[in-house]
Amino acid sequence: MDIALIGRIIPVFVQAAWTTVQLSLLSLVLGLAVAALIAGLRLSHLAVLRFIGTAYVSVFRGTPALLQIFLLYFGGPQIGIQLEPFAAGAIALGLNIAAYMAESIRGGVLSVDRGQMEAARSLGFGEGQSMRWIVLPQAAKLMIRPLGVNAVALVKGTALVATISVVELTYTAQRFIGSTYKPFEIFAVTAVLYMIMVYGLTLVIDRLDRAYAEEA
Amino acid sequence: MQGLDFSIVPEYLPLIGKGLWWTVVISVVSALFSIIAGMGFALIVLYASPVVRYPVRLFMWLFMGTPLLLQLFLIYFGLVQIGIDIPALWSGIIGLSLHFAVYNADIFRAGIVSLDKGQTEAARSLGFGAWQTRLYIVVPQALRNTVPAVGNMMIALLKESSIVSMIGIAELVHSAQLVISETYRPFEFYLTAAALYYVLNLILEAVLGRIERKVELSR
Repeated sequence: MDIALIGRIIPVFVQAAWTTVQLSLLSLVLGLAVAALIAGLRLSHLAVLRFIGTAYVSVFRGTPALLQIFLLYFGGPQIGIQLEPFAAGAIALGLNIAAYMAESIRGGVLSVDRGQMEAARSLGFGEGQSMRWIVLPQAAKLMIRPLGVNAVALVKGTALVATISVVELTYTAQRFIGSTYKPFEIFAVTAVLYMIMVYGLTLVIDRLDRAYAEEA
Repeated sequence: MQGLDFSIVPEYLPLIGKGLWWTVVISVVSALFSIIAGMGFALIVLYASPVVRYPVRLFMWLFMGTPLLLQLFLIYFGLVQIGIDIPALWSGIIGLSLHFAVYNADIFRAGIVSLDKGQTEAARSLGFGAWQTRLYIVVPQALRNTVPAVGNMMIALLKESSIVSMIGIAELVHSAQLVISETYRPFEFYLTAAALYYVLNLILEAVLGRIERKVELSR
């Protein structure tokens, strides 16, 4: 182990990890927003809307995230969408994880007992009101774990944007493996930084889950 | 803005087809390895002596917390620098297999732990040794009970096999890139590749559904 090398590269790698964090957060926010919309479509009474929601989930989960990134970044300009690597990466990752998150949200809503909706309706709540005030608060609790699993997958998934030369953690690791000839030192530093993000996020999810469980 | 023109796609389909074939080969081989290695890791984590168990657990923990692409870079670009030269194809298969073996191991471990203790006790009282019991009684049942979860992993593996294109293996994505470097038509050919993955995915889901039903019936 070349400790001096590790000391020297840490600042650069922390900078790169920060880019990974920013990418993850942006994609997470975009992903959650799109996921809520898609889950709404899938739970709709209208067959057309349900079909659109189902098609979205099927297409984005049925094809590799790498190709979705390539299609947006390299193929985008052909249909008039010209994006910087970082923006293309964040958007593609967000749209991809949205398909998985939509299923987590839908699963949560469907796991709430039907009787809750029926009871709320019979007490005079409208359908939207019942959903908003009775069903969703209970569903939210059930969504935290599956959404957390999605978020952890997203953090690791951000490595894919290294392929469109976004200078995040994996891209930086590849560059340094090539220039220093110290693969294990580089891997160790990179792995530790990913672990801090991944297991840190897991801790946050555990906390949220427990906080909600106590409230119930 | 260049616009889209799909009329040139058929001309390149034979080349894309070759990539598709390699995607299937790499996925099937890696799937098998990941299941075998995954069961091995699970047995080690549960039953082996601490000298073996802790290094394996450390390895699993490391591979679960880091991205596949980084692992592939380490295996292909990293190992060669310390004198271990593994060809790209095998680097890809090893990386993909190990990455998913770690997840499968977690699934198998849970499957083994959740088995009725009476199974082991019954086998032991019939004269099976400890490892005989594990291999002939515990492993087959754990495999059967975890078919749906492992199946989901294999669906992920098929899609993530696209990542091995980044170390230059001529599978589906890589062959699409090759065609694009000639035709300058990224949208058309990445979309073609995506459509082919979609079809492969549908086939895999159908196969897994069949296996699940068979396993369900044999219970």
